[in-house]
Amino acid sequence: MAKNENESSEDHVEPEELDAECAAQVREELGDDAIVEMLRKMVLIRRFEEHAGRSYQRRKIRGFCHLYSGQEAVAVGSLKAAGDDDYIIGHYRDHGHALAAGMEPNVVMAELFGKAPGCAGGKGGSMHLYDVERNFMGGWGIVGGQIPLGAGLAFALNYRGDEAACLAYLGDGAIHQGVVHEALNMASLWELPLVTIVENNQYAMGTAVERVSSTTALEKKADSHQIYSEVVDGQDLFQVYDAVRRARKRAIEDDEPSWLHVQTYRYYGHSMTDPAPYRGKDEVNQQRDLRDPIVRLREWIIAEDIVTQDEIDAIDDEMEALVKESIEFADSSDFPDLSELTTNVYIDWPAEID
Amino acid sequence: MREIAFRQALNEALAEEMKRDEDVFLIGEEVAEYNGAYKVSKGLLDEFGARRVIDTPITEAGFAGIGIGAAMAGLRPVVEMMTFNFAILALDQIINHAAKARYMSDGQLSVPLVVRGAGGAGGSLAAQHSQSLEAQYAHAPGLKVMMPATPKDAKGMLKTAIRDPDPVIFIESEVLYGLNGEVPEEEYLIPVGKADKKREGDDCTVISWSRALHFAIQGADKVAEDDGVEVDLIDLRTVRPFDRDMVAESVKRTNRVVVVEEGWPFASVGASISEWVSRELFDWLDAPVERVHQRDVPMPYAFNLETASLPSADRIADAIRRACYIEV
Ligand SMILES: Cc1ncc(C[n+]2csc(CCOP(=O)(O)OP(=O)(O)O)c2C)c(N)n1
Ligand SMILES: [Mg+2]
Repeated sequence: MAKNENESSEDHVEPEELDAECAAQVREELGDDAIVEMLRKMVLIRRFEEHAGRSYQRRKIRGFCHLYSGQEAVAVGSLKAAGDDDYIIGHYRDHGHALAAGMEPNVVMAELFGKAPGCAGGKGGSMHLYDVERNFMGGWGIVGGQIPLGAGLAFALNYRGDEAACLAYLGDGAIHQGVVHEALNMASLWELPLVTIVENNQYAMGTAVERVSSTTALEKKADSHQIYSEVVDGQDLFQVYDAVRRARKRAIEDDEPSWLHVQTYRYYGHSMTDPAPYRGKDEVNQQRDLRDPIVRLREWIIAEDIVTQDEIDAIDDEMEALVKESIEFADSSDFPDLSELTTNVYIDWPAEID
Repeated sequence: MREIAFRQALNEALAEEMKRDEDVFLIGEEVAEYNGAYKVSKGLLDEFGARRVIDTPITEAGFAGIGIGAAMAGLRPVVEMMTFNFAILALDQIINHAAKARYMSDGQLSVPLVVRGAGGAGGSLAAQHSQSLEAQYAHAPGLKVMMPATPKDAKGMLKTAIRDPDPVIFIESEVLYGLNGEVPEEEYLIPVGKADKKREGDDCTVISWSRALHFAIQGADKVAEDDGVEVDLIDLRTVRPFDRDMVAESVKRTNRVVVVEEGWPFASVGASISEWVSRELFDWLDAPVERVHQRDVPMPYAFNLETASLPSADRIADAIRRACYIEV
């Protein structure tokens, strides 16, 4: 397979450049190693999702499986800005966030396979990844339901006086749910350190944003709650990082929540069973060619002489190997013991009445 | 007779009722341009247009309420919930509003509404997407709850539900959408509250509905073969109001009962039916009512745990044997 084949379609076109000023500023702040590390994570996620997709076709992974390819810069950039004590919560399209938060590919893949060493013991699966030690609070499947929880996590930080924020992710389809607006109002009213990150990948299942939203300027959706908002290019790693860094600071220092309208794109169908008849191949190819977050970052990195093309190729190989290892690990691990069926319903109560 | 899939039977019911009555419309997530998440509404946008087949934002409480309000104004909305797991968000609109309107207004209001969609476990969908929630609705006076198990019933029952003057909760098992079965070409209706006998026998009554009925059929086959036990198998079809006449007639003959449901055991539809049988038919029972249901835990993702959690032919056969005092 030719290197980078999966990042762009066949015709060679010049991708959009990253915002140079923002990139320079982040480079100054974080240094080159951190930038390469973020590239590695983005490539890891891209390779992970390719293999997850193939494993789904082999029926090793079943049920609903939502791939994150195309959106990598959002999880990686935002979580680079997160502090150690920050809470992270999101929805079912969660592989990217889990990996970006530092969870091991092995335990994430094992969870997708429903195996015992998975990060939720195989009970959660693709949609429900958790690592509470890392403050990664999941992995939730009811659209919008995670946002009140995120406000609650932020409430707890506030209550305890911790210097931290909660990063709460949601999709463009979730922003209309009543509970999201109930939570935003309280977050504003009570000055909770909540950073909401709207990953607008243009579609909620088969529904394009403009078909169901009173405005496509999604940043305005928080205006009535008097919450700070801005539009962010989600395919520009540095702009995501910078916007979240500032939002986090605002949350902690000024007691102000934020609502970030992050513009991104998903390459695959909504889930593994969606052939995506609602959009053309051209649209997807154009996104891949012009806006791919990995390609844009690579071009910038090479132009800035941070690493060579050879080193970039080596990262690809390394991440591919890491993911392959995770597939082997997941495949060779055991399913949970049947006794696990009734654990963790309650802590000290017989689980069943029969 | 021709055979069609469960989802197509539902599709025909919707199309026929929309043709018959201009006031019937379909509203929900992905019902129009995407032809439905499970393709139940395939072709309806083309046939009836965007005025009557309406895509919504992901706002279950909101569009359920719009359906209820429109029904109060005399329209006949069919509200599709992509799955009943998400209909939980609309429970307030349904239980606090739709179910109460007629009673609280002393009969001035009525809500001729159908809330329909996929229910039950779909296969490896994990805890938040694999729930049998009929008890939530059956619990509330003012709601009827229908749960077909065959394509023929799906069509005839949905047509009846749409014509009903009160709110009907119509739950379609996610794994039955692809099931093929005989469906008449000519028009027919299946009444609310009428069960169907799937198998005649004098040894033990088995009561079930929706997907669990198909497990029950396998369980009945097993005990017929292994133990010579002949099951009287009842498909309730409507779980509220349920067909007491058919249940009573059967139990008075067999004197033994097994209730099989897909969902959890506590405060469930199966629990209510067992309670009614134990109380009303106490004198005819030769054994305690047996029950088979999902294990009392949220649905796990792992394939082996999910299988262990669901009712199965083996568990049902064992329950029938216990009811018949055959050693298991
Ligand atoms: C309350 C609720 N309604 C419906 C669904 C079914 N569903 C799952 S994902 C989805 C689309 C969500 O789109 P979006 O918020 O844009 O997130 P994306 O999948 O694009 O990341 C829908 C309708 C659900 N899981 N929960
Ligand atoms: Mg989306």
